[in-house]
Amino acid sequence: MTSVIESPLFLASSIFTIGLLGFMVRRNLIFLFLAVEIMMLASAYAFVTLSNQFSDVDGQLMFLMILAVAAAELCVGLAIMMRFEERNKSLNADAADHLKG
Amino acid sequence: MLLGAIPLLPFVTFVVLLLVGARLPRYAISFIGVFGIACSAICALICASTYTGVQTQIYWAWIGNINFAFYLDPLSLFMTCMISFVATWIAVFSVRFMDEEDGTARFFGSMNLFVASMLVLVLADNLLLLLLGWEGVGLCSYLLIGFWYKNKAAGRAATKAFITTRIGDVGLLVAMLFALVLLGTLNIQDLLGQAAINWKPGSMEATIIALCILFAATGKSAQLPLQTWLPDAMLGPTPVSALIHAATMVTAGVYLIARLSGLFALSPIAQTMVLAVGAATLLIAGLCALAQNDLKRVLAYSTMSQIGYMFLALGAGAYSAAMFHLLTHAFFKALLFLSAGVIGYCAHHEYDMFKLGGLKKLLPLAYYSFLVGALCLCALPLVTSGFYSKEFILSGVLFSIDGGVFAWMSGLLGAFVTGLYTFRAITLTFFGEAKTPVVHKPGPLMAIPLGVLALFSIVLGFLQTPEDLFHIHKIADWFAGSFPDVRLHSTLILPEWSTLLIASAVSMIGIAVGLLAYKKSRPVDSVFTRGLGFDDLYGLAVVVPYSFLSRLLRRDIFGEMALSFARTVYSMAAFLGRVQTGRLTDYASLITFSLVVILAFLVLR
Repeated sequence: MTSVIESPLFLASSIFTIGLLGFMVRRNLIFLFLAVEIMMLASAYAFVTLSNQFSDVDGQLMFLMILAVAAAELCVGLAIMMRFEERNKSLNADAADHLKG
Repeated sequence: MLLGAIPLLPFVTFVVLLLVGARLPRYAISFIGVFGIACSAICALICASTYTGVQTQIYWAWIGNINFAFYLDPLSLFMTCMISFVATWIAVFSVRFMDEEDGTARFFGSMNLFVASMLVLVLADNLLLLLLGWEGVGLCSYLLIGFWYKNKAAGRAATKAFITTRIGDVGLLVAMLFALVLLGTLNIQDLLGQAAINWKPGSMEATIIALCILFAATGKSAQLPLQTWLPDAMLGPTPVSALIHAATMVTAGVYLIARLSGLFALSPIAQTMVLAVGAATLLIAGLCALAQNDLKRVLAYSTMSQIGYMFLALGAGAYSAAMFHLLTHAFFKALLFLSAGVIGYCAHHEYDMFKLGGLKKLLPLAYYSFLVGALCLCALPLVTSGFYSKEFILSGVLFSIDGGVFAWMSGLLGAFVTGLYTFRAITLTFFGEAKTPVVHKPGPLMAIPLGVLALFSIVLGFLQTPEDLFHIHKIADWFAGSFPDVRLHSTLILPEWSTLLIASAVSMIGIAVGLLAYKKSRPVDSVFTRGLGFDDLYGLAVVVPYSFLSRLLRRDIFGEMALSFARTVYSMAAFLGRVQTGRLTDYASLITFSLVVILAFLVLR
């Protein structure tokens, strides 16, 4: 077994990668958002793990902030998604390619 | 000082009309346009009345030792007064003629620029300044022929006129270069003096320069071989035809040869060529005039023919005769064109003689003024100026060594043909039954210029009458010393009174036959109608090869090299631009990919 700190960071980066790959391949806006949330979860977990490692409570504070930011971002994102759906009649992110070329 | 004002005033008028003309009301534009030329005429007449002798006015040092200077001598003063006076009355006429047209600011501005350029041309003391005026009148001719720019044919005619005279200008430029290199000066008086010192009569250099000058003169004066533009130039407004293509610009060639008479005196070959060009043109143009259907084209060919008479006189050494005919022709040809202008104004610009008719009753103003002009043109004996000036030319040609019997006989034949075509035109246009109604009436602004021109057409004849008939010699005295003396035969072939009778008889027979023979004329379309095929010849020999060559050379190596850079950049941009799909997920992929590459680079370094 490797040293103590590596396993949680390994887990965090795996979850981050899953989120990243999900972001790259998904077309639906809700799934893109889901993927962003997964990436935020992964970074938050890394913060908590490291705060445990270095016995510094700031990491856990950061975790709370990330949660708050994620919640706020979710609200704004949902509002944008609703407007998007009114305009384009679907939630296909590929429809937003007006800056093409 | 006043001398400089003569071309300056119309130029200032042109600038004013250029800058603010479009915003002025119609009466203001017309007034300013006429005022500029009229003031110029008044200044010219004042200069004439206070003329003390030959003088040069230098205004500033221009290029090298060439100055912007005006040279006043009998010849230039003569031309200046004639140009400004005739131009004034034509401008007054145009006020009424153009009173329902748009763009009068453009019209009067171009007309003023034209008068200014023509005056610079005749007053110039050196060939470079003369070239400035020469090109200026060519430009204004283009602007004014193409005045009705929406008519594509008029635009093509304007381009044809400009290009044809430009080809002649090559002759003038070559002559100037030769003069500069061989004689060291472009100042006309110095040039003539140096030529007389350096070259013997008959020398090659003088001949070359003189022939180049002749070529340039044939371009501007519409003589063989560069005469094809004048009939098509009739698509411009009729006052333009009267001013530019009858009285003034087409006489620039005659003026140029007369001005450089000292040079032509050194080259018998060139002088004979002038004679030949004159004789050929006057006959060919006369015959073509006989086969035209359009009134203005008859007058255009008539102008060509009469300038042929002037060239005939120049070639025979009878310079004062040529200038006298230039003066009388300016008046009676302007009169003829303006009478045609009355017809045009009153009958919707209909100039086809076979669609007109009976205008003697419908437009008496046009009829009587045209009649006066026509009788002058046909040289009706004793009462018309045309008779005295044509007689002066014919006797000068017959009795000079450089002229001769053949030239004289071609002049007589030309006089006969003149009577024919003129009275054919009158019969078709004014007699018979009316085919086109008259919708407008002319006003005093048209009648007064016509009256003045008619008066002068009659009165000016008495400035020079033959020896056996009153023996007035005002013209000969005025030009005494300006030109090389004409070389007369020691014994006269015929006594002068008999040549007078022969010429008068020929004119009158021509008039009579013209009146009688054309009552039942039909529209004609022969080779003479199309100007003896010169247009087709030039189209085939010049235009076709030139267009072919320019199309061939359109893609040249340097252009292609420059364009290839641009094309490469464009295609690369198109290719690389495909990265920007506009999609969010694709951009995320790109970021991820780049991040992986950088991290790999950092880790594996």
